[in-house]
Amino acid sequence: MKKRESNPKELTQPVEVSGMKRRSFMKLLGGGVFIFFQPWNIFDLFSAPAEQARSLTKDYNAFLHIAEDGTVTCYTGKIEMGQGVITSLPMMMADELNVPLEKVKIVMGDTDLCPYDAGTWGSQTTQTFGPNMRAAAAEARAVLLELASGQLGVPVSQLEIRDGIITDTKNPKNAVTYAQLTKGKKLEKYLDVKPSVEDYTKFTYVGKSYKHSDANLKVTGEAKYAGDLKLPGMVYARILRPQSHGAKLTSVDFSGAEKIEGTKVVRDGDLVAVLHENHDKADEAIVKIQAEYSFNEMPVNDKTIFEWMLKADSSANVARSSGDLESGRQLSEKIFESEFHDPYLAHAPIETHTALAQLEGDKLTVWAATQTPFGLQDGIVRELGLPREKVRVITPFVGGGFGGKTVFQQGIEAAKLAKLTGKPVMVAWTRDEEFFYDNFHSAAVVKIKSGIDNSGLIKLWDYHVYYAGTRGSETIYDVPNAKTTSYSRNKNAPPVHPFSTGPWRAPNNNTNTFAREVQIDIMATAAGIDPLEFRLKNLKDEKMIACLKAVADKFGYVAGKTPSGRGIGIACGTDAGTWVAHMAEVKVDKNTGKVQVVRIAVAQDMGLCVNPQGALIQMEGCITMGLGYTFTEEVLFEGGNILTRGFDTYEIPRFSWLPKIDCVILDRKDKAPKGGGEPAIIAIGAVVANAIFDATGARLYRVPMTPARVLEALKKV
Amino acid sequence: MEETISFQLNGKKTEVRIDPGQTLLWVLRNHFGLTGTKFGCGVGFCGSCTVLIDKEPVRSCTLSVGDVAGKKVVTIEGLAKNGKLHPVQKAFVEHDALQCGYCTPGMIMSATGLLMKNLSPTRQEIIDGMEDNLCRCGAHIRIIEAVQTAAKEMKGGK
Repeated sequence: MKKRESNPKELTQPVEVSGMKRRSFMKLLGGGVFIFFQPWNIFDLFSAPAEQARSLTKDYNAFLHIAEDGTVTCYTGKIEMGQGVITSLPMMMADELNVPLEKVKIVMGDTDLCPYDAGTWGSQTTQTFGPNMRAAAAEARAVLLELASGQLGVPVSQLEIRDGIITDTKNPKNAVTYAQLTKGKKLEKYLDVKPSVEDYTKFTYVGKSYKHSDANLKVTGEAKYAGDLKLPGMVYARILRPQSHGAKLTSVDFSGAEKIEGTKVVRDGDLVAVLHENHDKADEAIVKIQAEYSFNEMPVNDKTIFEWMLKADSSANVARSSGDLESGRQLSEKIFESEFHDPYLAHAPIETHTALAQLEGDKLTVWAATQTPFGLQDGIVRELGLPREKVRVITPFVGGGFGGKTVFQQGIEAAKLAKLTGKPVMVAWTRDEEFFYDNFHSAAVVKIKSGIDNSGLIKLWDYHVYYAGTRGSETIYDVPNAKTTSYSRNKNAPPVHPFSTGPWRAPNNNTNTFAREVQIDIMATAAGIDPLEFRLKNLKDEKMIACLKAVADKFGYVAGKTPSGRGIGIACGTDAGTWVAHMAEVKVDKNTGKVQVVRIAVAQDMGLCVNPQGALIQMEGCITMGLGYTFTEEVLFEGGNILTRGFDTYEIPRFSWLPKIDCVILDRKDKAPKGGGEPAIIAIGAVVANAIFDATGARLYRVPMTPARVLEALKKV
Repeated sequence: MEETISFQLNGKKTEVRIDPGQTLLWVLRNHFGLTGTKFGCGVGFCGSCTVLIDKEPVRSCTLSVGDVAGKKVVTIEGLAKNGKLHPVQKAFVEHDALQCGYCTPGMIMSATGLLMKNLSPTRQEIIDGMEDNLCRCGAHIRIIEAVQTAAKEMKGGK
């Protein structure tokens, strides 16, 4: 697989600059709706042959099937990785088709059975796939009504549907079921004029809370993940890895490995693997391989990366601009300049990248832990030269993704090894490999120059973001003179990142929201205005105002000027079409620099909430995961060598970190549903930083806010 | 060198002819097909491979199968009895205390081990007992609540 050396997000920049609308951008790429929403994969699209670009089918039959027993199966290229769409998509299908929820089953992420999908990311399943699936169900329902009309001999207007039974309203005995109409076969009729989807007032399931439908499988150990599968004759692979990114294999001696009985060593170019039917033996064999490498590493590490980025050959693109900055400076009584730093982060799902590949005849099947089954299929087509119809990717349960499983190197490796050996091959990355080959959240620098007038109104906002892209960089406040400039690698310039980077839950929004919301706090303090009041004073965005008021209410917020000593912070932002506002209370140990979050409240406007229980759990998950990048998570590296390769050195949140959590989902049933898997994570860094300031007067400009950095900031108070 | 190792696995007497140095985790998964016990890190840091050995939650990735000779091993598959979920499993479902589910078996085994020793744990004791089991999705708060609910049911059942 081709390694991505650059940040693919850079490729989205010109689009924003030229101000092209979404539609024209899609035309440019010749693809469907989904393409716009996956900026990190545009890189793949540019490098892939044009015939590989695919879009979601319009054929409603691809989305659903009605069996002879009346069971409805919905088919989706989306996958289940804990975000809960295995529960919410069938709810939507049941409502649209008017069938009982318990009759709805779901098949996910199987490239032979499911309609094409670009990938499960960006909180898009509910807001983008959902409407397509509902439209398909609506067409199926209308076709079934027409069929019933013919069979029952009454006009459609005289029919009603309940629980998959179509009944003549004037003669209830004159009825027919969906199953009787379809007899398990595909519907052949298509409608020229597509029917509209059901209004939210007609929903039976959507809008009500349902628990995870897969919970029983998961608490009993029955749920199957890629690594749990076993095929006759299957062997485990361990693959020879370089010590660092950028190292090139120069010589290899695998005689030591071959001495271990039952070991097969395979080499295909740079891919060197040992295969053994016993997992432990494969582990033993891989360390017996002697290999030498040449090194050509970038002279950069986790400490110098920020300076390195600022000095890099970058192109500056203006993402948005209003008024003019000089006027803003003149109107400002006080000007504030800050620089914020954000490190590389690892996704660190507990399930490592895993795939099982089997070649049967000329058909290759790969079971993979992936967020992109169709992307992996295309990757195998590219790398192995197989026709697409001869490659099937099946996605079992995925043990966490967070953006990290949008890349699928392990699936390509398993496919290659299965083809080379003719045996079913399991590739399950070690924790070390997982931390090494991650597509890391990009390190970034944000520089802001902003100004307020003597009444506390923001008059100037000059925002510069380096290597994080623009997601979440919206000013959101009502500032007359504002400009957002995004810096990314110049075309043909050398790579900036020593390893690959990619989307990490709410990609880079965490970086932008952290910088903006801390800067807002700095100005509120200087203006001597309560930080909630300062925000409300400078906002015109009704949704943001509503979220702030809702969170203040839930939190029991009492106004005060910072630093008040209470340890209370505020932050807000938008992501994936959803608005969020957070409040937090922290305790800071001034002797050790250790910070404990006591409580966090969040208010979220996500439009229609399909499954409030699922949405709530996602918000809790976002808050918890957010504490990781806030306090400990940071990839340490020297050149291409990743130093943090275990949970001992890359620490993720634990039970003792957890604050009391209160979530509010605003009632917006009449609005289109928006994303829920990511938004509530974006402001955690900022809300905690602002709370630390309120507690101590110490201002932090960098995540993670480790005890050492908190102590350093305290010295400056 | 293969040896015969005898132990009790999920309530059944078990004998296996195997190299005693083989990792318990992989023997459970591959030899016995008990794939509910997960690989997460291989060095005992994450807890997803937790099983009970003589009622004590331990990391099966750091043990050899030879270490469990003569002992009682319980995996996630051995908790439910006659199709009835163990109170801890039931409480995890009730509280929706999971997301991707990958750490869940290890969480349940650690919680079960904790409750075997102490049926009235305080919130802090639950946190201390579960601290070294990692969850990336962020189900922690619900897991704590589930353990509290399970404790109540197990206590009531005695």
